[in-house]
Amino acid sequence: MEQPVILEVEDLSVGYGKVEALHHVSLKVRAGEIVTVIGPNGAGKTTLLSAIMGLLPIGAGTVGFLGSTPREIEVERMVAMGMTLVPEKRELFGEMSVEDNLQLGAFMRRRLGHRDEAATMGEVYSIFPRLKERRDQLAGTLSGGERQMLAVGRALMAKPKLLMLDEPSLGLAPLIVREIFHVLARLRKSGVAILLVEQNARAALQLADCGYVLETGEIALAGPSSELRDNPRVVESYLGFGGKH
Amino acid sequence: MDLQIALLLSQDGIVNGAIYALLALALVLVFAVTRVIFIPQGEFVAFGALTLAGFQAGKVPGTLWLLIGLGAAIAIVEVVIAMRSGALRRLTSALGWNLGYPAVAAAVVFLGEPVSWPLFVQVVLALAMVVPLGPMVYRLAYQPLLSASVLVLLIVSVAVHLTLVGLGLLFFGAEGSRTPAFSEASFEIGGVVVTGQTLWVVGASAVLIVVLYLFFERSLWGKALRATAINRTGARLMGISSTQAGKLSFVLAAAIGALSGILIAPITTVYYDTGFLIGLKGFVAAIVGGLASYPIAAAGAILVGLLESFSSFWASAFKEVIVFTLIIPVLVWRSLTTRHVEEEE
Repeated sequence: MEQPVILEVEDLSVGYGKVEALHHVSLKVRAGEIVTVIGPNGAGKTTLLSAIMGLLPIGAGTVGFLGSTPREIEVERMVAMGMTLVPEKRELFGEMSVEDNLQLGAFMRRRLGHRDEAATMGEVYSIFPRLKERRDQLAGTLSGGERQMLAVGRALMAKPKLLMLDEPSLGLAPLIVREIFHVLARLRKSGVAILLVEQNARAALQLADCGYVLETGEIALAGPSSELRDNPRVVESYLGFGGKH
Repeated sequence: MDLQIALLLSQDGIVNGAIYALLALALVLVFAVTRVIFIPQGEFVAFGALTLAGFQAGKVPGTLWLLIGLGAAIAIVEVVIAMRSGALRRLTSALGWNLGYPAVAAAVVFLGEPVSWPLFVQVVLALAMVVPLGPMVYRLAYQPLLSASVLVLLIVSVAVHLTLVGLGLLFFGAEGSRTPAFSEASFEIGGVVVTGQTLWVVGASAVLIVVLYLFFERSLWGKALRATAINRTGARLMGISSTQAGKLSFVLAAAIGALSGILIAPITTVYYDTGFLIGLKGFVAAIVGGLASYPIAAAGAILVGLLESFSSFWASAFKEVIVFTLIIPVLVWRSLTTRHVEEEE
């Protein structure tokens, strides 16, 4: 049975001034599915996530989320509806403790009247025991890997229906990347839709169900990950000479 | 100078310093959250004092007309915006607050008889009239400039300050007011007379600082304000709207300003433009803290207060000069010790 569509981007164009950074991008993410967007630096991957989230104004096209298509996309509203972004720069609150960072992740849920913050925090701590050890430490003093765990943990505090991650593997040791990806696989099982932007195409295509290749602001290729992994163009440009896997 | 004079001057300095500390905290808060250098902070001090004085004199304080005027101005802005975007649904709450609240305030002032009410109730009523002016000023002057540079926001602050001083003159008149002390008690400690009002000022300031500390450390909204100050993008991604955080910081700044005014009204005669100098001294203290550190700003405020009272003894003609000159060594010291970060925007 087909899962319901969580995110449906249609014909999205975004420009910075006169330069158009995204042209007519369409993509779809279903519940319980991991969709990855791969592509070279500067292809517009971060722009895509920012526009979906409402951080950037949209030039043309629509972003449908959970069946509704807001005319004006505002970050606060998207967060309230259940969309969360783990940005490339993490954007943690460096001078606040790990626990305060996590608590703020549930800010919108608290405002909407949910009172399950303690339980969610318990779940996050069980996913990332390291964060529990460092709960009173300032976020700014964490190592790179721990920061990424905190960024993901903070996003999970919002109990998102759609989790978007921008280059979660950037600058991290392979072991930690594996841990983060493992967490994403677990989340998929619980029904969360995940949109993963990655430069590490090999790892991303192994994890994801579907993939899109974004090149100079346009979708160059799309399809199930298994097909993309075998596509000669993808192999040559993104997977290198080291074989398929 | 003997010990007794020194003690007297210290007492004066600490009382003034406590007020400067409150204002410095408000300035640091507003700057951290919104990047606005809140020059009109002092006007809230004057409005707070003059509103209370108005109630006690049995007059309708000019604050009421300000409240009605700003409310109506915002209502017009909201209607225009709503008509342009077609989002009429959100209009109800905006109109309710900006037209309804001033109407309620007017009803209380005209139908009630504030002059006969106890001091505490008058204080609460004065706060209820002055504090909403903070978020209203934010809505009108700063919210449309959410992503403007610090310099643009500073220029707007100067304009808002001049406007509010002018409106203050229009609504409160040129004559100053003084209110009766909260307490007539006085004590003699070590040969120095300490008045009840002194204790009120220092005590209330200390309590307020502790309350603010707890607010920022414990409450969700306090943490949200800190988060916005540390990382605005990060905060937005949590669903913390920069506009709402800005409004809240202006509520707090207006409340701190108005309360400061109410506290000092029995000690000094307050005129419509008295707030500016008081606010500027709070600003000197905030600069000592680099517009970022609350504890250093508070300590700086006590220093400013002491410097002011001692220099008024030795060189009273130069006391303001001496206080404001403090900013130069502080800036030199800060520029030498802190790493300079270029503004990103």
